[in-house]
Parts: sequence; structure tokens; C-alpha cells
Amino acid sequence: MDATEIGLWGVPLAILGGAIRVSTPFIFVSLGEAITERSGRINLGLEGTLVFGAMTAYAVAVMTGSPWLGLLAAAGAGLCFGLFHGWICKFRGVNDIAIGIALMLFGSGLAFFFGKPFIQPSAPDLPAIAFGGWSDIPQVQAALNVNILFLIGAALAVFLWWAFRNTRAGLIVRVVGDSSDAARAMGLNPNTVRLLATGVGGALAGIGGAYLSLYYPGSWTERISSGQGLMAVALVIFARWNPLGCFAAALLFGGAGALGPALQSVGVTQGYYLFYAAPYILTLIIMIATSSPNRSLAGAPGELSITK
Amino acid sequence: MVDTVGTAGAPALFGARNYPAALEWAARQAEAFVIPLAALIVGMALFSVFIALVGKSPVQLYETMWRGGFGSWFSIQNSLSRAAPLLLAALCVALPARLGLVVIGGEGAIVLGGVAAAAIGVAANGAPAFLVILLMGVAGVVAGGIWIGAVGALRHYRAVNETISSLLMAYIAIALMNHLVEGPLRDPASLNKPSTEPLADAYRIGNIPGMDVHWGLVVGILACVLSWLLIEKTRWGFAARIAGGNVRAAQVQGLAVGPLIVGFTGLAGGFAGLAGMLEVGAVQGSANASLAAGYGYTGILVAFLARHNPLAIIPVAFLLGGIGASGGLIQRRMDLPDATVLVLQGMLFVVILFSETFYGRFKVFNPDLWKRGS
Repeated sequence: MDATEIGLWGVPLAILGGAIRVSTPFIFVSLGEAITERSGRINLGLEGTLVFGAMTAYAVAVMTGSPWLGLLAAAGAGLCFGLFHGWICKFRGVNDIAIGIALMLFGSGLAFFFGKPFIQPSAPDLPAIAFGGWSDIPQVQAALNVNILFLIGAALAVFLWWAFRNTRAGLIVRVVGDSSDAARAMGLNPNTVRLLATGVGGALAGIGGAYLSLYYPGSWTERISSGQGLMAVALVIFARWNPLGCFAAALLFGGAGALGPALQSVGVTQGYYLFYAAPYILTLIIMIATSSPNRSLAGAPGELSITK
Repeated sequence: MVDTVGTAGAPALFGARNYPAALEWAARQAEAFVIPLAALIVGMALFSVFIALVGKSPVQLYETMWRGGFGSWFSIQNSLSRAAPLLLAALCVALPARLGLVVIGGEGAIVLGGVAAAAIGVAANGAPAFLVILLMGVAGVVAGGIWIGAVGALRHYRAVNETISSLLMAYIAIALMNHLVEGPLRDPASLNKPSTEPLADAYRIGNIPGMDVHWGLVVGILACVLSWLLIEKTRWGFAARIAGGNVRAAQVQGLAVGPLIVGFTGLAGGFAGLAGMLEVGAVQGSANASLAAGYGYTGILVAFLARHNPLAIIPVAFLLGGIGASGGLIQRRMDLPDATVLVLQGMLFVVILFSETFYGRFKVFNPDLWKRGS
């Protein structure tokens, strides 16, 4: 088969490749948010954390020449944002959803503020592994060029799924998320657990941001995220707070996000902007389909304000 | 969800009888004034530290901000022009907030309101000016109202979280606008910046006599006053406040919570859509990507700073309009990025939300504590 003549097969192939490429930040943000929400808090600010993480990773990678240091810095910055959210929400009368909105704006603002000088220079990329070497077709090779963070994210999803069920830490997070009173009766401090859970969630979102700026799309711009952090939060609800579900949903969202570029690559340019909206529409449809006014969501943490 | 929304303190059931009622009332009012003001000052102080840390002078910054936003008649008019859409955008947050809903997707209603108004304005070319402008206003209100009303309906009838859905709808609205402006509604003459066909001059909204500020400011202030009357003085507003406090209690009372939520969110979106129509009619002259200028997001901050009180929105919108207006001057004079204003807004937002924790804590503001000696 001639490489240039795969024709319309290019569309599903590009969607598959795109799903793997686009989904990685979703995986990290949604796993982070799953940990946070399992502890009974919701952090809508991960959108801001994602953008700030992307800027930090890019800036550090440009200055040090190492994408891994950039990744580490992004995780650190995300940790700080998460810890701040976790700390400020322990005060009476402070609403976690509203603080999330504020941190969304604040994180993006800070990222744009410090990121201005880094729009021009180019940073080293995070490495990818070529799984497509067996094929002569460039589209197949491109689709199977998998970044190492995707594999780490997949492993992390399995690990968290196992850890929520089988480890002491997982049990503690779940107890705190289901009932503050029960947790206190066990001698646990819900605020401390939530602080740590939100911190870890922020760090993972920071890593998701590093992927955005250091691999795909692979440069720092102010439009780098456009709501991916927020969609990841919605995705966690759809995945019923199950890490494996988060992973699957992230792939689905990645595929939806890749739809527009994939169609464009085979010459469909009509309604490009509508295809661009596909992930948002998909998120909304999924939220409508999976919510119900008559029953609380299966698997929802009892202390979570968003489902009360 | 309920506790995001500021409501007045609970009535004093016991004690405090020997103080005049007016004094108690004044104390509670003072609390709602002093705490946000103190939070504003603390937020600005923190921002000074930030500016000092990046090696600039906070004194020069605030002086520049004053000059750019409030220091002269010229800059005041500029701030008022920016306040006009903020008033309406803030109402899009404040009205649903009285029902306990956190709607943050006003930007989408602004954008679609603007596109709908522009489409009508072009389609009705030739008709009398007052009729076209009226139709444009109706188009803006309807488009925005449907968009945010749908968010409210999804919230009530499908239990879809309104915060997330409204923001998703905003992204969808912006994509829809890009599609329409670059496709079916595009003016072939707009090359660099795809836009709809420009409105005829007769259909442009003019300035308030004697000022360089368009009529949108009057519309916005009027909308705030009417919203305040609606919430405080009508039975719908009363029902909304009950439903915002406790949905179950409202349902037990026989209130039709569903229509109430859809009505309030629809009205809220209608106001935001009107803001988009005013931007098209008075500022841009056509619908284009400039509609998504972030007024919807600044409006969230305005509403929270005003504690969702429509009357308080008026001064707060002027203040934040002024801060926004000074952004360009800060950028030029102090060589700071244009995102400086965003950082300030973010900091103010966090501090304002944190200040919620102090309500009811200070004895001087809380008549319930006066007699107990606590």
C-alpha cells in the first residue's frame, strides 16, 4: 500500500493518534482531580494550575535545557497551587467552588504575566517512544509515536485504582470524602487529608500542563489550555471518581479533540470551528446523560459539594 | 452550594432588645460594607508586595492606575465605558447567585447576544432606526437568555452542575461565533479580522449627551436598579431568596422552583446578551472576535465583590472598569505585561472570597453577640 494513498483511513488513524496525544493532559488532570474529589473537595482551579504548569515547565526547560527539570518545576508549582486551595478552603464560609474559580483566573493571570518573555524561544521536548517502527506508512508511525508521559499516566491510573481499594492511604482519603464525622471519629483530621489530596491533585495537574507546553502542542502560548482543566473536572464526574474510568474518558475526550484536526488533514475545512467545539459539546452531553435529579450519583463522595 | 451566596445575618431571636433596631440594622449594613472594603485594601497591599518582588514600584503602579482609570475626566469616561458591559455581566452572576447557583459562563451569552444583534441589525437594514435598535436589543436578550436559561433548566431538571455547564457553554458559544463570523455571516470585505457586515451608521448607539460614554452605561445602571427591585421588592425575588436559602423548604412552601430558576437564569443571560448587543451597537459596529474580551470573567469578580447585591454592583463595576482601563497605561509606562491587571484581579478575588470567613465574627457588626457578653 502506498503511504500517500491511505485516503479516508487517515481519519480514524489520526483520531487514534490524536486521542493518545491529546488525552495525556486530561489523564493527569482528571486523576489529580479524582484524588481531590475523593477526599470531599472540588478544585475547579486546576484549569489555572494547568496553564501555570505549562508556563513553568516551558520557562524552566528553556532556561536549563532540560525538559525533565521543567516537568519537575511544573509539578512543584501545581503542588503549591493545590496546597493553597486546600489550606484556604478549611476556613469556615470559604467555598471551594468559588475559590477554584478565583484560582482559575489567578493562575492564568500569573502564567501570562511571567510567561510573556517565553513566547518566542523554543524549549526541548519531552521524549516519545516510536511504537510505529514496524510500519512504512508515515501516518501510522506518527499515530503510534507515544510520549512517555502517556504511559506513566496509564500506569498511574491503574495504580490509583488499586490504591484506593487496597492501601491505607486510599482508605483514609475515601473515608474523609464520604463523611467528615466518621473520619474525625477515627482520629483523622479531614482538613489535613484534604490539604494533601488537593496538593497532590495540583501537582498532577501541573504535570499535565508540562505535557502541553513541552510535547503537544509543544510551545507556550496564552491559548494553550482553553478549558481542558475544566473539562477534566467534568470528566471525573462522568468517570464516577474511578481512576480507570478517568483514563478511558480521557481517551474519549482526546479523540473528540482530535476530530477537527483529523478532518482538516483530509481536506474537510467546512465548519472547522464547530468540530473544534466537539470536546465541549461531548462533555456537556455526557454530563446531561449521566446526571439525574432523582438519585445521587453512584460512587459520589458524600462530602462533595458539587453533588449535594 | 448555598453558602457561596451572601445573605444577611440571621435575625436576632434572643436578646439585644435594649438596642434600637436602627442601630442593629446599621451594624449589619456596616459589616457588608467594611469587610469587602478591607478585603479590597488587603488585596491591593498584597499586590503591592507582588509588584515590589518583580522589581517595580508599587507607588508608581497605583499612581499610574489612578491616572489611567480615575484621575481625569477623560479617564473617568473611559472607565465608565468599560463599566457598562461589566454591570450587565455581573448581573449574569449575581441573579442566579441569589438562587444559590454559581453561573460563570456569562462570556458565552455576551458573545451570542452580540452576534444575534449584529445579524438582526444587518438583516433589518432600511427599517427605522429606533425599531432596528429595539430589535437588536431583543435579539441580544433572547440569545443570551436562552443560553443561560438552558444552564438553569439543566441544573433544575437534570441536576447538571451549572458552574461547569455554563463555562462549557461559553466555549461552545465562542466556537459558534467563530463559525458564524468566519462563515455564513462573514462580511467578505473584512480580511484581516473576520467580522459581520458593519451596521449602518443610523443604527449605531450614540453617546450620552455631554459625555464620551455610550448609552449602555444608562442601560446597565437601570438593569441593576431593576434587578435590585426585583430581588428585594417583589414576590418573585422573595421566592428566589427562599429557594436560594433552602430548595427543599421552598418546595414545601409550594414555590415553583423550576420556573423560578429558569426565569432568573434566563433574565441573567438576557442581561449578558444585552451587554453583547451594546458592544456591537455602540463600540464595535459589527460582531467579531473582540466580543470575547473577558467582560464575562471580570463580571464574576464584580458580582462576588458586590456580594451579589445589584446596587453594590454599580460602584464595583466602575472600580474594576477603571482598573481595566488603566491596564494599557501600566503596560506602556511601567513596562509590565498586560496580564498585570489579571494578576491583580485574581488576587483581589481570592482575598474577597477569603474574607467571607469573617462575617459574623466581629462583635461590633453582630447584634446577636451584643448582649451575651461573648
